[in-house]
Amino acid sequence: MKKEKKYFLSPGHNACSGCGQLSAVQAVMRGLNKDTIIANATGCLEVTTTAYPESAWGLPWIHSLFENAAAVASGILASLKKRGDKKTKVIVQAGDGGTFDIGLGLISGMWERGENILYICYDTESYSNTGIQASGATPYGSSTTTTPSGKQSIGSTQNKKDMLAIALAHNVKYVAQSVAGFPTDITNKVKKALTISGPAYIQILSPCIPGWNIDYGDAATMGKLAVKTGLYPLLEYENGQLIHSSITKNFKAEPVENYLKKQGRFKHLKATDIKAISQIAAYNISKYKI
Amino acid sequence: MKKNNKLSLKPNSALNNKTGSWRTSRPKTDYNKCIGCSLCSQLCPEGCIEMIKTKKGLKPQTNYDYCKGCSLCANECPVKAITMKSEYNTNHHE
Repeated sequence: MKKEKKYFLSPGHNACSGCGQLSAVQAVMRGLNKDTIIANATGCLEVTTTAYPESAWGLPWIHSLFENAAAVASGILASLKKRGDKKTKVIVQAGDGGTFDIGLGLISGMWERGENILYICYDTESYSNTGIQASGATPYGSSTTTTPSGKQSIGSTQNKKDMLAIALAHNVKYVAQSVAGFPTDITNKVKKALTISGPAYIQILSPCIPGWNIDYGDAATMGKLAVKTGLYPLLEYENGQLIHSSITKNFKAEPVENYLKKQGRFKHLKATDIKAISQIAAYNISKYKI
Repeated sequence: MKKNNKLSLKPNSALNNKTGSWRTSRPKTDYNKCIGCSLCSQLCPEGCIEMIKTKKGLKPQTNYDYCKGCSLCANECPVKAITMKSEYNTNHHE
């Protein structure tokens, strides 16, 4: 009999066909080893991988509430400490709703205590699981079900919350940003984060098929375009210093239209709105140039 | 086995859920064109593309039990070795 293959995250989960988040999760899983415990916040990842009575996970995995994944991870770490286990790593996985909005207070506490936990945020730029409501991560001009576009509205009028800056303000030792579409980059960042003792934060842009209103096979293309336009650069901070960035001296930004026009959530934007978004890209390019 | 009794759900039990039935078109890989870079295997949201050793080197093998036919692999293949074929014209027993 053929020996059954063991997966950290097995096929058979019920995420949308072509899901950008699950593509990113697969890349994260390749960066982990078997001595890992995952605390998961409520969100698409939790719902799609653990539909009762089945679980796609092959690692110890716990879900409690939307807001407390960070606190649960702190508890797991305290318990491991009591047992004298120094080998097992604790990681948190959450979406942008659980990170930018609902869980922010408890995340702040976890970082304040300086605990050796890797926090991974899959940023879909909306509450994808409950029906595409706007979150703190929703960018300017994006149409969601709570910020619908129309004659009088361009969609979300607020800018995206700068979560990396919040992490850096807590003196998080390792802060990185990546996108689904560059799997090797994600895997390498996870591996690096696990070698650092102390808190680490990785934020991964995860294109959402229904939320962004894109074609099934376009998740990776969208992630790459977000990097090429300068709207979501690949970044790496160590001890507060920017050490790697996709925006180098020779960086030539693609026009933001290429990224915006392919997404249903930005379809309504007029030339003046697109200009405003290109200014966000220009600001990123000046801020993250290395 | 006794150890597993306390678990509410068995690890990897989602494998019972054959999501291949979602598919409307299936990816076909041309092994002559494929350069064995494994990008499709790394990007697959299902994790159902395995790199296997063949006479022509490392090649991807799609597990059609779970492939949802999203075409992400076909879109991202750097040498366009993967094409999507409609599920309704495919001979399942070939």
